[in-house]
Amino acid sequence: MSPRRVTGGRLAWLGSLPFLAYVGLFLLAPTVVVAAGAFTDTANRPTLANVRVLGDRTVVDSFVNSIALSAASAVIGAVLGAVLAWVVVTGNPDGALRRTTTAVCGVLAQFGGVTLAFAFIASIGNQGLVTLALAQLGPQLSTGWLYELPGLVLVYSYFQVPLMVLVFLPALDGVRPQWREAAETLGGSPWQYFRHVAVPLLTPAFLGALLLLFANAFAAYATAAALISQGAIIAPLQIRTALTSEVVLGQANAGKAIALGMILVVAVAMTLYALVQRRSARWLR
Amino acid sequence: MSADAAPAVAPPVPAAPPAPAVAGLRRRATRRRTVVRVVLLVLFGTFFAVPLLALVEFSTRGAGGIGGSRSLTGWAQIADYPDLVGAIVASLELAVLTSVVSLALLVPTMVWIRLRVPQLSRLVEFLCLLPLTIPAIVLVVGWAPIYLWINYLTPRAYQASPLALTFAYVVLVLPYSYRTIDAGLAAIDVRTLSEAARSLGASWATVLLRVIAPNIGPALLNAAVLSVALVLGEFTVASLLNYVNVQVAMNNLSQQNSNVAYAVATASLAAVFLLLFLLSLAGRRRRTRGSSA
Repeated sequence: MSPRRVTGGRLAWLGSLPFLAYVGLFLLAPTVVVAAGAFTDTANRPTLANVRVLGDRTVVDSFVNSIALSAASAVIGAVLGAVLAWVVVTGNPDGALRRTTTAVCGVLAQFGGVTLAFAFIASIGNQGLVTLALAQLGPQLSTGWLYELPGLVLVYSYFQVPLMVLVFLPALDGVRPQWREAAETLGGSPWQYFRHVAVPLLTPAFLGALLLLFANAFAAYATAAALISQGAIIAPLQIRTALTSEVVLGQANAGKAIALGMILVVAVAMTLYALVQRRSARWLR
Repeated sequence: MSADAAPAVAPPVPAAPPAPAVAGLRRRATRRRTVVRVVLLVLFGTFFAVPLLALVEFSTRGAGGIGGSRSLTGWAQIADYPDLVGAIVASLELAVLTSVVSLALLVPTMVWIRLRVPQLSRLVEFLCLLPLTIPAIVLVVGWAPIYLWINYLTPRAYQASPLALTFAYVVLVLPYSYRTIDAGLAAIDVRTLSEAARSLGASWATVLLRVIAPNIGPALLNAAVLSVALVLGEFTVASLLNYVNVQVAMNNLSQQNSNVAYAVATASLAAVFLLLFLLSLAGRRRRTRGSSA
C-alpha cells in the first residue's frame, strides 16, 4: 500500500456532509445559542443584563457551592479511589480481584441520576435501611443533611471513587517494581520509597485525575435534581430554576448566562487537565 | 510493559536465603499488608453495596417495616400505572432508536473519512468528543429553542412523543460510539477490504453492510450497548425539555407511591448493570484472546 495515496476528488468531503450537518444542528448550534444568548435579550439585541445575573447573590452563592461540592467530592474521590487502586494493584495483575473491581468500577462510575438518589434515600433517608436499623439499636441518625451540600458530597463520592480507580490504575501500573527494588537495594525504607519515589512520580497523574473528577462533579445535574426538588443551591439547579420560571423572572436569557459560566469553569478545569496530562506522560507510559 | 514486569511481581524467591531476622520482618510486613488490604476491601465493598441493597430492600418492604415480611406489591403495581408503563416503553424505543441512528450516522462517515478525506479525521474526532466537555445541563439550555422548532414542525398528534429526544441523545452518545467504532475500524484493514469489494463490483452500501459491518461486529455491539445504557438512565435532558421517559416518570411517582418508583428504579438499574457488566466481561475475554494469539 502506497503511503500517501491520492484521496478522492475535490468533492469527497461531501460524503461527510450528513454527519457535519447533524453535528452542526444539534451540537454546535446549541452551543452558539448559549454563548450568543448570554449576551442578547429576547429581541436579539445585544445586552449585558444577562451576564449581570452572574453577579446576583443567589447565583454567586450557587457557583461557590458548586465549586466547593465538586472540589470536596473530587478530593474525597481521588484519595479513596487511589487507596482502592493501590489495594487492587498490589494484588495479582490477572487475578479475580482486579478483574471484578475494574468491571464493577466501570459500571459504578457511570451510575448516577434518579436511581442513585433513590439508593441513598433508601439507605440513609428518613425511612432508610441504615437509619431504621440503627434506630433499633439505639442511635438516631439525623437525615436532613442528605438533601444539602454534605449529602451531595457523599452521594457524588459514590461515582467519583470508581472513576478515580479507572483513571488512576494505569498510572499505578506504570510504576515499575524495579524502582522499589532499586530503592530497597540502596537501603531506602518503604516510607522513603513512598515519599521520594512514588509520590513525586504519581503527583501529575493524581492532579490530572483530580481535575477530571472536579469537572465530572461540576457537570452533574440529575443526581442533585432528584435529591433536591426545591431550591437551587448549586449552579446546575440554578439553570433548572431559570429554565422552568424564565417568564416570572423577566430574564429570558439568564439561564444562558449561567450555562456560559458553567462552560467557563469546566473549560478552565479541562485546560489544566490537558497541561497536567502532558507532564505526567513523561514518566508513566 | 506487563510482560517484563510480571516476573518481578511474583513472590520473591531469593537465591541465597536472607538472615532469619530479616526474613521474619519481611513476612510480618507482608502479613500486615494483607490484613490492611482485606480490611480496606471490606470497607469499600460495604460503601458500594449498602445503597444498592437498600434500594432492593425498600422496593420489597412490606407493612412490617425493615424487619417485617417482604412484599412484592410495589413490583406488581407497576402495571397499574399506564403512564409509567408508557414511559418504560418510550425509554426502550428511545434506546433502540438512538443506537440505530448513531451507528447509521457514524459508521459510514468514519469509513468514508478513513478512505477518502483523512484530513477531516481530526475535526470529526474533535466534534465527537466535544459532548464530553460540554455538560448536558448546558446543552439543554441550547436545545430548548431548537426543540421549540421541532415541536412546531411535528404534527400535533406526535408533539408530546418523547421519541423526539433521539436527536439530543445521539449527541450525548457520540463520544462513546465514536471511540468504540474508531477502535473497531483501527483493528481491520478498511482500505484493502473495501477496495477488494469495490473491484469485485460491490456498491458502497454492500461494502458497508456486508464487508465492513460484519468485520467490526463486536465494536458495533459495544457502541449499541453503551448507547442503550446511557439512554435508559437519562434524566437531565428529558426532564428539562418536558418529555416523560422512564427516569422522569420514576421521579414523579416517587412522591406518590415510592414502593413502585423504587421497584422500577431497581429494575432499570439491574438491566443497565447487567448490560454493562456483560460488556466489560466480553471485552476482557476478547482482549485476552487477542493478546495470547
